[in-house]
Amino acid sequence: MRFSYKPWQKNCEEHGIQLFPVGHQKQGIVHVMGPELGLIQPGMTVVCGDSHTATHGAFGALAFGIGTSQVEHVLATQTLKQSRAKSMLINVNGKLPVGITAKDIILAIIGKIGHAGATGHVIEYAGEAIRGLSMEERMTVCNMSIEAGAKAGLVAPDEKTFAYLEGREYTPKGQDWEDAVAYWKTLYTEEGATFDTVVELEAADIAPQVTWGTNPGQVIGVNTPVPAPEDFSDPIEKESAVKALEYMGLKPGEKLANVAVNHVFIGSCTNGRIEDMRAAAQIAKRGKVADSVTAIVVPGSGNVKRQAEAEGLDKIFIDAGFEWRLPGCSMCLGMNDDKLVAGDRCASTSNRNFEGRQGRGARTHLVSPAMAAAAAITGRFADVRDYQE
Amino acid sequence: MSEQGFTQHTGIAAPLDQANVDTDQIIPKQFLTGVTRAGYGKHLFHDWRYLDLEEKEPNPAFALNKPEHKGASLLLARENFGCGSSREHAPWALADFGFKTVIATSFADIFYGNCINNQLVPVALSSEQMDALFAAVKADPATKITVDLPAQTVSFNDTSFSFDIAEHHKNNLIKGLDAIGQTLELTSAIEAFEDKQPAWL
Repeated sequence: MRFSYKPWQKNCEEHGIQLFPVGHQKQGIVHVMGPELGLIQPGMTVVCGDSHTATHGAFGALAFGIGTSQVEHVLATQTLKQSRAKSMLINVNGKLPVGITAKDIILAIIGKIGHAGATGHVIEYAGEAIRGLSMEERMTVCNMSIEAGAKAGLVAPDEKTFAYLEGREYTPKGQDWEDAVAYWKTLYTEEGATFDTVVELEAADIAPQVTWGTNPGQVIGVNTPVPAPEDFSDPIEKESAVKALEYMGLKPGEKLANVAVNHVFIGSCTNGRIEDMRAAAQIAKRGKVADSVTAIVVPGSGNVKRQAEAEGLDKIFIDAGFEWRLPGCSMCLGMNDDKLVAGDRCASTSNRNFEGRQGRGARTHLVSPAMAAAAAITGRFADVRDYQE
Repeated sequence: MSEQGFTQHTGIAAPLDQANVDTDQIIPKQFLTGVTRAGYGKHLFHDWRYLDLEEKEPNPAFALNKPEHKGASLLLARENFGCGSSREHAPWALADFGFKTVIATSFADIFYGNCINNQLVPVALSSEQMDALFAAVKADPATKITVDLPAQTVSFNDTSFSFDIAEHHKNNLIKGLDAIGQTLELTSAIEAFEDKQPAWL
């Protein structure tokens, strides 16, 4: 990445923009380290030249990804001209069952509304199951708003938000903190507000999710058989299913429990935070990585890596046969050497299962960190609920 | 980024009859290595267009490689075109290849905005209208298709469809306006707004 990195560093120096460069102890994926430092706060408008900027909506910020020309526009003018987005309310009702994670919630949502289901919308995630999530879990949900086609996704700030932010490096201090919290408390949707689209999900219905196809909307519960093209009434979805099954090397009716994986990737801006490391380690300590599997764990930032090591999680992973890596994006997009070859099948905690995303011809199945760790140990897709203590 | 404006374009189309064409497919990550906007056209749709990694063996089954679609300047696709990564290299690659407009059932939001900023005209038509366009190109690949932006129409043979586009997007595309230059004319209003922000921001 040196080609684009050098001019970047030079430009930041010239214009007084703070950079956390390679080698900096707080360096990491922007969607992991930004919130860690308290840089993202409720009510902010946050843009970044990356589609997973929606992550920051977890703080009640309007956060969305933009292209290079728009980044240039923001740097030059501090503004961006936008058309008004449509609004979508997604209620996840009831308590989340044991063994079901934020990743399963967002995959289930995308499975329900489709890969383009929220195009043109900003989503507000609400309901008891969302309120019950930690800040890191809310980040996982908001992160994949783009995989539902949404421009952004957010969660109204609450006491959990304020508790997370208090005392972080870049959050307001003293009287400013008091003033900020007073303002942040006004940032919620009024009772009876109307939305362009409303979607309801029951948390109790959500099983551990695994994608079977080549877009994140092609997803099923771990115990659901792989669908057949005839299961889809829409001709375009049917055609997509034919192509996806062929690319993924799966047959209709096949059980995921019989599908062997040879790679596992735990990390990314979706699932590279400390709680993700803990969830994966909980499963990892129950066994050893199968001989047929190469499994890597990549913390999302320097801070996550140090914290995990302080808790001894690195040791759990290494003892179980996982590789413990330096922080970064790694195998999420295969931009460095962490890429797969044709025919490889990977259980991945990342966010995109597009054709070739992790390497030309490679097959990606999106799952939660716990499901990924279970796949590493069993060498197949296993129901992580069978591992609950 | 100011370029020539777009008013009307007539050409033949390449049919990419697929939904959810993502920006990783349009231009894979290994080619995002430049700091300029030129030269991405040869890598456009790399994984589908070439059988080998060196781009020496074109895939004869891929629409863009078929002789009857050679010289196409309009691209036809289905719903959610340009989904995924925000990489602006996607419209850069499409434009560099020679496409002036992409006509699809729907577009991903970020990609759509990136098209507007690069004078690549995104035209959204209904599923039935796309069926008609695909059918016309299938029946005769040499079918001339005209996109008229001021009139907001797509015309071919004896058929004409109208399409929606936001007024400010349309205006910028027609005039080839520099978005930054336009906004900088509002600097005093922007500064006044910034001055009103609370101390903690």
